Amino acid sequence: MQAHNPPNSQPAVPEARAGDPTPSVRPVRGRFARGEATFRWALLVGAIAMLLLLAGIFVTLLIGSRLSLSKFGFRFLAGTEWDPISQEFGALPFLVGTLLTSFMAIAISIPFSMAIALSLGEYFRRGWLSSVLRSMIELLAGIPSVIYGFWALFFLVPLVRSLEMQLDIPPYGVGIFTASLILAIMVVPYSASVAREVIAMVPSSLKEAAYSLGATRFEVIRQVVIPYARSGIIAGILLSLGRALGETMAVTMVIGNRNALPDGIFSPGNTMASIIANEFTEATDEIYLSALLEIGLVLFVVSTIINVTGKIVIQRLDRPGSGSPK
Amino acid sequence: MKASRTAFRKVWDKAFVSIVLLLSILSIVPLFLIFFHIFKEGFSSITPGFFVNLPKPVGEPGGGIANALVGSGLLVLVACILALPVGIAVGVFLAEARTNLFSTSVRLSMEVLQGMPSIVIGIIAYLWVVKPMGTFSALSGSVALAIMMLPVIVRTTEETLRLVPRSLKEVSLALGAPYYLTVLRVVLPAGISGIVTGILISVARIAGETAPLLFTAFGNPFMNTNLLKPVNSLPLIIFNYAISPYDDWHALAWGASFVLIVLVLALNLLSKVISHRFRVEF
Repeated sequence: MQAHNPPNSQPAVPEARAGDPTPSVRPVRGRFARGEATFRWALLVGAIAMLLLLAGIFVTLLIGSRLSLSKFGFRFLAGTEWDPISQEFGALPFLVGTLLTSFMAIAISIPFSMAIALSLGEYFRRGWLSSVLRSMIELLAGIPSVIYGFWALFFLVPLVRSLEMQLDIPPYGVGIFTASLILAIMVVPYSASVAREVIAMVPSSLKEAAYSLGATRFEVIRQVVIPYARSGIIAGILLSLGRALGETMAVTMVIGNRNALPDGIFSPGNTMASIIANEFTEATDEIYLSALLEIGLVLFVVSTIINVTGKIVIQRLDRPGSGSPK
Repeated sequence: MKASRTAFRKVWDKAFVSIVLLLSILSIVPLFLIFFHIFKEGFSSITPGFFVNLPKPVGEPGGGIANALVGSGLLVLVACILALPVGIAVGVFLAEARTNLFSTSVRLSMEVLQGMPSIVIGIIAYLWVVKPMGTFSALSGSVALAIMMLPVIVRTTEETLRLVPRSLKEVSLALGAPYYLTVLRVVLPAGISGIVTGILISVARIAGETAPLLFTAFGNPFMNTNLLKPVNSLPLIIFNYAISPYDDWHALAWGASFVLIVLVLALNLLSKVISHRFRVEF
């Protein structure tokens, strides 16, 4: 046992020893034997059930979408026609819609989330300003997405509509741009919190070295803090991208629900999540349902890849030796 | 030349702080706008009748959200019953397991589940529960919500139990207690406040979820005639009324938003208070 847990020299993780598993014990005999066996079995079964749950979700989606997979093949992802009546299903408009809204949302949110991360992780690490800002960000993360959507419908949509009138384009109000705006507001807390953690982790010795060479605080941030924290910042952005891709309610309410390739960023559209939300209960044909399930499958696979990548990047940071404040 | 360069660096350094601060403050402006709108529009709907009445058809004033409140409570309660035992068991397993392929993949599967779009979980609950049973039901909604709760419960349980010192377990084992009683009577009670915090956080998360309920607890989200369906929920009622064209229903939805946001924030606050007051610390 002890060999697996050498004394940890990292002061940053003093609780490492506390997390050790319970030392192995001799097999219990006598009156506790049954309870012991049942307990160990229950834990193991629960853990196996989690793997089965995830595998089951994947297999269910795969089986559900096999009709569409075999009928359309690759054409499904490249086709632009979504016509339940002629039973022609191509998901390209929704793929484009999802990518456009997500990436625009991330692009809009980055300056804000980085500003918050720098404020909380570097400039104002303590004090009332930081605690107020931090609780506000946490509140922002706690608001249900349907409320974001509702608010966007009554506040952002008229705002965007008047902007569109100024620009002399059809004033829908709803559309890709509006959806990106509300998504940007929603994902700010996610990338900000991960980025704040890694920015706060930058060793002060590195920063002090730069200060001693005459760097200003901005130069320290640009040339020491940001490069040091880069992978963590990217991980945070990946996590918020994963959330933006799968976000359903807020997007469904303001994107305009148009099943065609968007003509521009102000055009109404649909995302993979919003087309499912809108049409799932109307899908009476098997092939229609199957096409929607294939979209669900794509959503599942894409968000899994993004989330796992983000987690791997974060896990690398957590390894001892990756740096901790002195 | 050199002096002006230094001056520029100093000025830009100061300017950068202001920009960072300005952007930080700008990003919490939506929070205030959302709160402001919900209080302005929703507060007038909040009357005693709002909590006990059923929604009324368009044109009749004084509808309430009683069915949504009861439905939400029911959905969350059943989801807790489904998710808590499994979630806590898996959390205990992960906290106690040695690092190997199996425990790593269980942990990873929880991460994947955590990041999965909620609409996909709604589809799954539809295929697993609604389709075999042939009808939309509260149970299917609870199954969807339970799947959403699981990763949060597992993670908080594991994290909390990892804080329980090994010496505590060794004392129990040295006294002759078997492993299972050590976990049940020593480790779990020591970490109970952390687990309760996790439960509150996960309830706050699922109480506001709409997407998984669209095809499970409630039929078609666009048919606003199903007012007396036994299983409605706060987020569903907000969604269905928000996208309706009627001002009466919008007012109801603002009121429901007000109630939902107060509920969710109260849960978050409560979990904070608990984790601060009864911190798992040794």
